[in-house]
Amino acid sequence: MKLAVNIAGVELKNPVMTASGTFGSGRDFEPWIDLNRLGCVVVKGVAATPWAGNPPPRIVETWGGMINSVGLQNPGVEYFIAEDIPWLRQFDTRICVNIVGRTVSEYVAVAERLAGEDVDLLELNISCPNIKEGGVAFGVQAEAAAAVTSAVKKVARQPLIVKLSPNVSDITEIARAVEGAGADGISLINTLLGSRIDIWKRKFILSMKHGGLSGPAIKPIAVRMVWQVAQAVKLPVIGMGGIMTGEDAIEFILAGATAIAVGTASLLNPEATMQVLEGVESYMRETGVEDIADLVGIVK
Amino acid sequence: MVEKRAGRTACKILQNRQIADGIFEIVLQWPKILHRPIAGQFVNLYCSHKGRLLPRPISVCEIDEDKLHLVYAVLGKGTAEFTTFQAGGLIDLLGPFGNGFSLEGKPGRALLVSGGVGTPPMVELAKQLKARGWELDVVCGFRSQSYLVEQLSRYGTVHIATDSGTEGFSGNVIELLDHEALSGDTLFACGPGPMLKGVQTWAKAKGIPAQLSLEERMGCGFGACVGCVTKIITDNESGFIYKKVCKDGPVFPAAEVLFQ
Repeated sequence: MKLAVNIAGVELKNPVMTASGTFGSGRDFEPWIDLNRLGCVVVKGVAATPWAGNPPPRIVETWGGMINSVGLQNPGVEYFIAEDIPWLRQFDTRICVNIVGRTVSEYVAVAERLAGEDVDLLELNISCPNIKEGGVAFGVQAEAAAAVTSAVKKVARQPLIVKLSPNVSDITEIARAVEGAGADGISLINTLLGSRIDIWKRKFILSMKHGGLSGPAIKPIAVRMVWQVAQAVKLPVIGMGGIMTGEDAIEFILAGATAIAVGTASLLNPEATMQVLEGVESYMRETGVEDIADLVGIVK
Repeated sequence: MVEKRAGRTACKILQNRQIADGIFEIVLQWPKILHRPIAGQFVNLYCSHKGRLLPRPISVCEIDEDKLHLVYAVLGKGTAEFTTFQAGGLIDLLGPFGNGFSLEGKPGRALLVSGGVGTPPMVELAKQLKARGWELDVVCGFRSQSYLVEQLSRYGTVHIATDSGTEGFSGNVIELLDHEALSGDTLFACGPGPMLKGVQTWAKAKGIPAQLSLEERMGCGFGACVGCVTKIITDNESGFIYKKVCKDGPVFPAAEVLFQ
């Protein structure tokens, strides 16, 4: 049974990745899982300088999911290079660095700083809904998405994945724009903008009022968008959005995802990535699939 | 390499009963595969309802030989669901998590100060401190009805304050501390933010080192989501950094916490 997949020239031992911002750099999960078994660790967003993040409350539960407004709290690229790359390199897995910024030059600065570092993939985060300037602003306009993609691509030494926002009317327009600007792959979906109000206090629960909705509640939207994007571009697609089980992962692969990422499920169960991997394997055994690549995008 | 830990584990419910208005005690058989909790740690409890995915972090009230006592307040639909769980059934649990209280230092006189549902962790803390030779004053504030007083009385002198004046001193815990002219060599507190802020100010004025156990809305409970943060005083531009209540805390030295 062949589980290995290829994303922009980088071979992953299996299609199970972690979704940025739900896995840190992996340390929090080491007590429960063997990181060697992951196809790729996609780390929490890394900025050029340390970011404080948003005030609490940052998390609220919703039916079948949660809304977060963490705001990309991170200790910055220098810390990441000094502490997290050597730590992650103890494991036989791929490293994908999620890059965040408020301006094009901030994104470029991170990619430039990582150019000589030992990481396998970059993921351009132009879709975080929790940052006022930059962030999602780049992800909802095709021209801005293309501009930041081509600027980062110029300095990047690793293949560049662009992570798309679902908070747009036509996601294929953005996908085509970043493909035209030189992206090597596309990942989707980031969280959907959502909100919750405390009816007794008559106030928003999150300090930022709105945040990113994730979890199984968003899965059907994600499957639809992965299918649309896979039809619209030639680039490899990494699918995510509410994957809880191996069966969920298979749905994304059939829709056109070459690899998938487990996000919120890891927060609910630190062993979720392993369970998804085992579920994918058992589906392949049950249905007599020899190579995972034979399933990618076969539902038209 | 870090030590491997057991994942989400279904624990047998031995008892689940109301002990005050909106306050329940649940007793679980503690599986040997899980780490033994220490005072000030918490566990994640999970709902059965498939729409309620996030854990409810509940602080450890007391740990016997092989039984875990948890006391929880019914604050929403998830904790309301817990009240329907019957003895003999199972509840999904992950943990324990958090740093817990530091019990280091030469035994002397300790002040334990709690507010409402911040009281349960004082039970295991009081037990551990007494076993180490500390003399204890336990000061508990409630809205109108006390609970866990009998358990706490085994380990020290309990002083009750209620907002309504229906039991004990009429007022808050800070007023009661002053009213009874209580003091100590160290102080431990757990309760809502405004109370902890008051305790921080009071302890600083008296020169008593204090540990505060904080509360915040949590996502995962083990450090990954970075949802449950609190401001910790730091020598940088903004004067603070956000630290995780679930993993860096929930217990912080009082002098480090920046309240709004």
